[in-house]
Amino acid sequence: MKSLILHTATRLLMALLLIFSLFLFFRGHDEPGGGFIGGLFGAGAITLYALAFGAEKAQQTIRISPLTMIAWGFVALIISGILPMIVNEPFLTGQWLFLDFADTEVKLSSPLIFDIGVYLCVVGFILAVIFSLEEE
Amino acid sequence: MLIALLSIFIVGLIAPGLYSVLREKTGWVLAILPFSVFIYFLTLFPAIADGEVITQSTDWVPLFDVTLSFYLDGLSMLFALLVTGIGTFIVLYGSGYLAGHEYIGRFFCTILLFMGSMLGVVLADNLITLFVFWELTSFTSYLLIGFSHDSAESRNSALQALLVTGIGGLALLAGLILMGYTAGTFEMSEILNSGDVLRESPLYLGILILILAGAFTKSAQFPFHFWLPGAMAAPTPVSAYLHSATMVKAGVYLLARVHPAMGDTDLWFYLVTGFGAATLLISAWLALCYTDMKQILAYTTVMVLATLTMLIGMGFPLAHQAAAVYILGHALYKASLFMVAGAIDHEAGTRDIAKLGGLRSLMPISAVAAALAALSMAGIAPFFGFIGKELLYEAALEAPMWSTLLISIAVLGNIAVVAAAGIVAIKPFYGPKVETPKHAHEAPLSMWIGPITLASLGVVFGSLPFLIDSSLIVPTASAIYGETLDFYLSLWHGINLPLILSVVTLLGGIAVYKIWTGLQSSTPAGLYSTTFHDGPKGGYQFLVDGMLSTAGWQTRVLQNGMLRYYVLTIVVTMAVAIGYTFMSRAGFAWNNELGSVELYEWTLFATIIASALIAVMVRSRLAIIVALGVIGFGLALIYLMYGAPDLAMTQVLVETLTVILVALVLVHMPPLKKSEAAGSKFRDAVIALTLGGIFTAMTLTAMTLPFDLFISEQFAEWSYPAAHGRNIVNVILVDFRALDTMGEVVVVAVAGLAVYALVKMNKKQSKNGGAES
Repeated sequence: MKSLILHTATRLLMALLLIFSLFLFFRGHDEPGGGFIGGLFGAGAITLYALAFGAEKAQQTIRISPLTMIAWGFVALIISGILPMIVNEPFLTGQWLFLDFADTEVKLSSPLIFDIGVYLCVVGFILAVIFSLEEE
Repeated sequence: MLIALLSIFIVGLIAPGLYSVLREKTGWVLAILPFSVFIYFLTLFPAIADGEVITQSTDWVPLFDVTLSFYLDGLSMLFALLVTGIGTFIVLYGSGYLAGHEYIGRFFCTILLFMGSMLGVVLADNLITLFVFWELTSFTSYLLIGFSHDSAESRNSALQALLVTGIGGLALLAGLILMGYTAGTFEMSEILNSGDVLRESPLYLGILILILAGAFTKSAQFPFHFWLPGAMAAPTPVSAYLHSATMVKAGVYLLARVHPAMGDTDLWFYLVTGFGAATLLISAWLALCYTDMKQILAYTTVMVLATLTMLIGMGFPLAHQAAAVYILGHALYKASLFMVAGAIDHEAGTRDIAKLGGLRSLMPISAVAAALAALSMAGIAPFFGFIGKELLYEAALEAPMWSTLLISIAVLGNIAVVAAAGIVAIKPFYGPKVETPKHAHEAPLSMWIGPITLASLGVVFGSLPFLIDSSLIVPTASAIYGETLDFYLSLWHGINLPLILSVVTLLGGIAVYKIWTGLQSSTPAGLYSTTFHDGPKGGYQFLVDGMLSTAGWQTRVLQNGMLRYYVLTIVVTMAVAIGYTFMSRAGFAWNNELGSVELYEWTLFATIIASALIAVMVRSRLAIIVALGVIGFGLALIYLMYGAPDLAMTQVLVETLTVILVALVLVHMPPLKKSEAAGSKFRDAVIALTLGGIFTAMTLTAMTLPFDLFISEQFAEWSYPAAHGRNIVNVILVDFRALDTMGEVVVVAVAGLAVYALVKMNKKQSKNGGAES
C-alpha cells in the first residue's frame, strides 16, 4: 500500500508494538497476557508492516520464515515437556528456578519455555497465512 | 525361547545388509540360524516327550496384563520343529531359486521375519501376544506374496490374502478378548483349565464363531478358500513355506490349541467338522481342474487343511491322533513337492503339467524326491502318509455322528489326493519327453537338499514310527485332546475296513488319474468349476469393488470443492447432533429472573443485533466484514464488562487479524451475485437460525443449572502456591492444562502449514496452467 502516513506511522510504531507484545508475553503469568495474546499482538504488528511494505519486505525484515518459526515453537513445547522427565517427573510438570538479581526475583521455568513455544506457533501460524495470501 | 525369537527378528532385519557382504553364500550362512533354533528345540525334546510343559514369561505391557509368555507342549513343539526345520531348507532353497535376483536381500529379510512371527504364534501363551504374532504373519505374508511387486496379479493376490486373513484377524481379536474376559485370564495355559466356564458362558456361541472366523480365514476353509490358490503368485520358496507347513496351518493350530477349552460340544462338532467336510469335498473337485502344478498343490493343501479341521472337530482321541500324524506328514511331503515344482519351473521354464514330461533322466534327484513325497501323499505303505490315512479312516468310522457321510467324504477326498499326487509326480517326470521353454537340467544342491531330506523323512517315519510316536505324536495329540493319551503308531493294523478302504482309494485314484490324463490333453478347462472357485472369489471382488465405489461416491458428495457446501454440511451436522443430544438429554429450561439491565448494556446489545442484521442484508462484502467486526468488538466489550480481560484482549486481537485476513482473501473472490435464488437464501436462513437458536437455548438452560465452582476454586487456590502465577487463565493454559494447550497449538500450527501449502500449490498450478495455455 503506498501511503506516506501508513509508512511513517508503521516505522515508528513497529518497535513499540513488538516491545509491547513481549511485555504482554512476559507479564502473562501474573497479569492478563501470555503466549497466546502476546503472539497475536506480535503477529498483528508484523501484519501491519506487511500491509504497509508488502509481504516480501516484511519477510526480509524478520528474517526467519513463518514455517521455521512454527518448527521452533514445536521444539520449545517438546523441550518444556521433556525437561521434567529428566528429574523423573511426568511429562510437562512445571520446573522452577528462582534467581535473585539485586533484590529482584527472576522466575525461570519450564512453563515459560512452553509459553515461548505457544508464542512462536501463534506468530508463525498467522504470518504463514498472511504472507502466503499477501504474496499473490 | 524369547532369545530364539528375537534373534530371528534381528537377523531378519539385518539380512539385506549381510547379503551385500556375503553375496551368494548368504543363504548358507543365514540357514544356520533357523537350524540352531531347531537344535535348541530338540534339546527340549526329552522333557516334552515326558509330558512336561515348559513356560517362560517376560513382562511386556504389565498395565494391560500383556506378557511375552511362551508355552511349549507337544503341539507347540511339533509346530516349532516344523517352522524352524523346514525354514532352514527354505532359506537354502530360496538362495538357489532367487540367485542373482535384484531383491534377494529383501526376500531373506521378510522370510526370516515371517519365520519369527510364525514361531511366535505357536509358542505364545498370552492371548494378546498370540494375536500380535498372528497379525505379523498376515503382514509379512502380504509382503512375501507380493514379492514380485511389479506384477499386478501378484499385488492383487497379496492384497486379497491380506484382506481375507486381516478381516479374520479382527474377528479373532474380538474372540480372544471375549475369551480372556470370560475365563478371567489372558494366559492360554490357564484358559485350557477353565473350559467349563467358557462352555457354560452365554458368550460361548459368540466366542466360538469369532475364533472360527479367524481360524477358517487363515486356513483357507470354505468359503474363504479362494485366497490360497490365488497366493500362488508368490515365488515358490514362499509357497513351499507359507502354504504347506506354516501360515495356513496357523488356523489349524489355533483350533487344536483351543479345543480343550472350547471343544467337546455339539456346536463345535457341527461347525468345525461340517465346514471341514464341506471344504474337503469342494477342494477335492477343484484340485483336479488345473494343470498348473502349484495350483494343484494349493488345492490339495486346502484339502489337507479341511481334513485337519474335520478331525479336530470330531473331538475324540483317535481323531486327534490322526490330526497330529497328518500335520507332520503333510508338512513333510507338501513342502518337498512345492520345492520340486519350483525347481521344475526354475530349470524347465514352465510348471504347466500339459507342457511337461520325461524329465526323469534330466533331473534325477528331483524325480526321486517327488516320487517319495508323492507316495507319502497318496498314502501308500510304508510311507508316513499311509499311517495318517489309516487313522483318518478309523476316526471317520468311529465318529459320533454322521459317520457314513464323513467316511464317504474322506474316501472321495483321498481319491482326489492320490490322483493329484500322480499328476504332480508322474506326469512331469515320466512318459515321452516334451519340449520345454528352457533346456532342463538338475537344480543346484541348495534346491534339492530340502525336498530329498524331507521326502526321505516320510519313508523313515513311516517304516519306523516308533521313532516319533511316543516322543512327539503322543504329546501333540494329548495337547489337542486336553488329556494325556497313551497309544503307539504302527503300519500294520491287520486286514480291516480301513485297509480295504485304502485299497479302494488307491484304485479310485489311479482310475481318476487315467481319466484326467485322457481329459487334460483335450479339455483341461472343461472340468473347471465356476460355482465354488469363482463364486466366493466373485463375492470378495463384489465387496471390495462395492467398498471402493461407496468411498468414491461419498468423497464426491462430501468433498465437492464448494466451500459453501462444506460449511453447510458442517453446520447442519452440528445442529442435528448438538440439538438432538441437548433435547434428549437436558431439555430446554430458562430462568426469567434476569435482574436489572443497565442502559449501557441495552445499547451494546442493540448495536450487536443491529450489526448482525446488517451483515445479513447488505450486498457489499466489505460492509459485511465491517458489520461482523462490530459484532466481534461488541463481544469483547461484554467480556470486559463481566471481568474477563484475557478473553477480551484475545477477542480484540483475533477480530483485528480476522478482518485483515478476510480482506486479503476478498481480493481473490468474485463479486457477490446481485440476487441469489430465493430458495437457497431461505434455506440458509433456516439453518443459521436453527443453530443460533440451539446455542441460545443451551446457554439459557445452562444458567438454570447449579454451577459447580469446585474446579474454578481449586484452580484459583492452587494457582500461586503450586504454579507461581497470579493469572489463573495463563496458569491453566501453560501449566495445569498444558497438554490440552499443546494439542491446540499443534492444531493451529498444522492449520497454518495447510493454508500455506494450499495457497502455494494453487499458485504453482495456475502458473503451470498459464504457461500451457
